Amino acid sequence: MVITVLLVAVCGGLGSISRFLVDGLVQSRRLGEFPLGTLVVNLTGSFLLGLLAGLHAPAHTMLILGTATVGSYTTFSTWMLETHRPAEDGEHGLARQNFAISLAAGLAAVALGRLIGGWL
Amino acid sequence: MGADRRELAAIFAGGAIGGGIRTGLSAVAGTPAGQWPWATFAVNLVGCFLLGYFVTRLQERLPITAYGRPLLGTGVCGGLTTFSTFQLELLQMLQHGNVALAVLYVVVSAAAGFVGVALGTAIVRRGRLTW
Repeated sequence: MVITVLLVAVCGGLGSISRFLVDGLVQSRRLGEFPLGTLVVNLTGSFLLGLLAGLHAPAHTMLILGTATVGSYTTFSTWMLETHRPAEDGEHGLARQNFAISLAAGLAAVALGRLIGGWL
Repeated sequence: MGADRRELAAIFAGGAIGGGIRTGLSAVAGTPAGQWPWATFAVNLVGCFLLGYFVTRLQERLPITAYGRPLLGTGVCGGLTTFSTFQLELLQMLQHGNVALAVLYVVVSAAAGFVGVALGTAIVRRGRLTW
């Protein structure tokens, strides 16, 4: 129990650091206003979580690797913040694009991961 | 990379707290696949409100700090909320044939998250909701 709690906390921290590093790497290369870093993080994370689900990972593995690690790696709040801020600045097209692309591509990514996980 | 180690430590600490709370909640209040995921819905809503509040306060009210955003924004709110679990839950609803529930989950989660960010922002500015 104590080990699990510690493991969850450490994995939550590592997931968040990974998000920060991947986001920074993508954002340092991007051109334009679209928040590509968060998109890349959320799509790769959705794919990985789908993969774990497709592999039928045991409940404890799913809790540590899936919910704690991949769950912390991806972010819902930044997605919403990066949709709200452009909308507030009058860039409604960018806000709509960020919302719709993340939603559709995220669902495709998790479905693809689940499919591939089922084959493995 | 040249990443600031104290910045990474702040993100790690925040992520451990946010991710820990979310994972703990899903362990005690998780719902079966295909049903309305109250635990994920709750953390995503609260996390959006907090991120709107923290980011606005750090950017517009408080003196510039090096570790406020990494700890509270990137760490706590980023770790507390989750996009991947949200998408997996959506997929499971569709696989269970609950298309109406899936549509409702997207619309309510997105609307609540968006208004949560706007509300957190408005409270700091003592203004009305803007978007």
